[in-house]
Amino acid sequence: MDTVIHTDKLTKRFGDFIAANEITFDVYRGEIFGFLGANGAGKTTAMRMLCGLSKPSSGTATIAGFDIYKQTEEIKKNIGYMSQKFSLYEDLTILENIRFFGGIYGLSDKQLKEKSEQLIGTLGMECEAKKMVGALPLGWKQKLSFSVAILHEPKIVFLDEPTGGVDPVTRRQFWDLIYEAADSGITVFVTTHYMDEAEYCNRISMMVDGEIKALDTPAKLKQEYAVTSMDEVFYRLARGAKRSE
Amino acid sequence: MMDNISTFIKKEFLHVFRDRKTLLMLFGLPIVQIILFGFALTNEITNAKIVVCDYAKDDASQQIIGKLQASQQFDIQRILLNHKQIETAFKDGEIKMAVVFPANFNSDLLHQHKAQVQLITDASDPNTATAISGYANQIVMDYQNELMQLQRVPYQINTEVRMLYNPELKAAVNFVPGVMSLILLLVCVLMTSVAIVKEKETGTMEVLLVSPFSPFLIIVSKAMPYLALSLINLTIILLLSVLVLGMPINGSILLLYAVSTLFIITALSLGLLISNRTASQQSAMLISLMGMLVPSILFTGFMFPLENMPYPLQLVSHIIPAKWYYIIVKSVMVKGLGFSAIWKETLVLLTMTMLLLVVNIKTFKIRLT
Repeated sequence: MDTVIHTDKLTKRFGDFIAANEITFDVYRGEIFGFLGANGAGKTTAMRMLCGLSKPSSGTATIAGFDIYKQTEEIKKNIGYMSQKFSLYEDLTILENIRFFGGIYGLSDKQLKEKSEQLIGTLGMECEAKKMVGALPLGWKQKLSFSVAILHEPKIVFLDEPTGGVDPVTRRQFWDLIYEAADSGITVFVTTHYMDEAEYCNRISMMVDGEIKALDTPAKLKQEYAVTSMDEVFYRLARGAKRSE
Repeated sequence: MMDNISTFIKKEFLHVFRDRKTLLMLFGLPIVQIILFGFALTNEITNAKIVVCDYAKDDASQQIIGKLQASQQFDIQRILLNHKQIETAFKDGEIKMAVVFPANFNSDLLHQHKAQVQLITDASDPNTATAISGYANQIVMDYQNELMQLQRVPYQINTEVRMLYNPELKAAVNFVPGVMSLILLLVCVLMTSVAIVKEKETGTMEVLLVSPFSPFLIIVSKAMPYLALSLINLTIILLLSVLVLGMPINGSILLLYAVSTLFIITALSLGLLISNRTASQQSAMLISLMGMLVPSILFTGFMFPLENMPYPLQLVSHIIPAKWYYIIVKSVMVKGLGFSAIWKETLVLLTMTMLLLVVNIKTFKIRLT
């Protein structure tokens, strides 16, 4: 199996506070990797280091084969990112958003035209293509946001709590999009609070107090802790946490 | 890469154009200010009441008086016999200008080929005063030219203009450069900082920073529309002041635009500095208004004369970029001076800009790690 994310003792300190402590894990190509943890456990910090938004204090990591200290530009070209907050421009139309984000990733006009048509077709948003994004329902925005994040066909896409505040039906549809992306070979790295979503992942890691306390497939984790749901796995692990928001 | 930048800049313009209210305000503000001030200060000059004090009573003075009377702009009230009556006439507010011909006006002209006319205006209304003396001067020049054509002798009539009550003509000449500094500050500092902080607030900045697009170019692209808007605004203000207020641009327009561009960059760097330090649009707006705009109004010198301020406050005024720009604009636009007269102020602005940019580049890097 191809390793697309490899970290070795990746650590981030803010003064005395260790937000992420010696995180070591591998993520394989085409995998849906769930990154779980309570609030304040260090998920976002870890993810920001992997995306190049934050510089690690120590440890090493490679993303898509590129070193996170030296080859940040190469990494940026090969990853997609969807932030916790909704991050498209509300005062631009769907089409303009697609063109803009495709454009800054260096897609040509021809590619942009094909891609945007294709994307709008898949999402069934033909009638809304020229509407302002701000006028769309939240679920649509999230789906659009994800599609834009993978427009440039990155090797890995990082999703930071992508389904916050979305209803269960839309969440299900959102996960269909994630599966589609994974099938096409894009590795999905996703943080979430929803334990039903954890079940959808191929493998998950559980962060507690800045450290990875468990890492396996949902089935094996349940077996290991002799429980029937991911909720209980999460509860058992997070119960010992000293810090929370 | 060039494609990427144009994509980015295009997007920034879309943001600006979609926000109709702000756009309206941006262009409305200078227009309203200039026109309000313009009409508060100028009336169209027709039949302005004047008096003439003619010590010469000769051919030449009579001919010029005739021309003044014949023109639409002037309405001669009285011919006075001596100087003292002029002041009473002004104080009663009945006249706008007095024209004084010295004794021997014609003989000076014929024998020495040189003579003087004095134009005394009420400069408490500086726009009218400038315009009126301009018209009168034109009429005297017309007469001089006619004489020269008839007799082929280089006659020269000098007009000596005296601005009563307000020799420096404070108001219009102060106002236009003042509005220019404020509008440019408003657009560049406030709008830029708000536009950048908005991206932080909505989370799009994070997405941009994850993309391969260079952070430096993000900032440059975001600043572009405001640079463009400022230059358009500057042009509007200049057009209005020339066409509506009748205030000419005496110096080089190119120089004016060059120093304005420098000031715009200063203001943009200030806006950028504010956006680097703040996390919400409200605080960016508050800091821009309270921290930048209010001190600029106070310390630029066009509303409250700096000379009258206590010394410590005069020192404070030195760190206000708008003050230096204001001095430059006045020198170039009003006094018609060249670069040699304003290089010191330009150097101050340039140094400020450099410092701000260095601080910006440093803090921006910190934000990324």
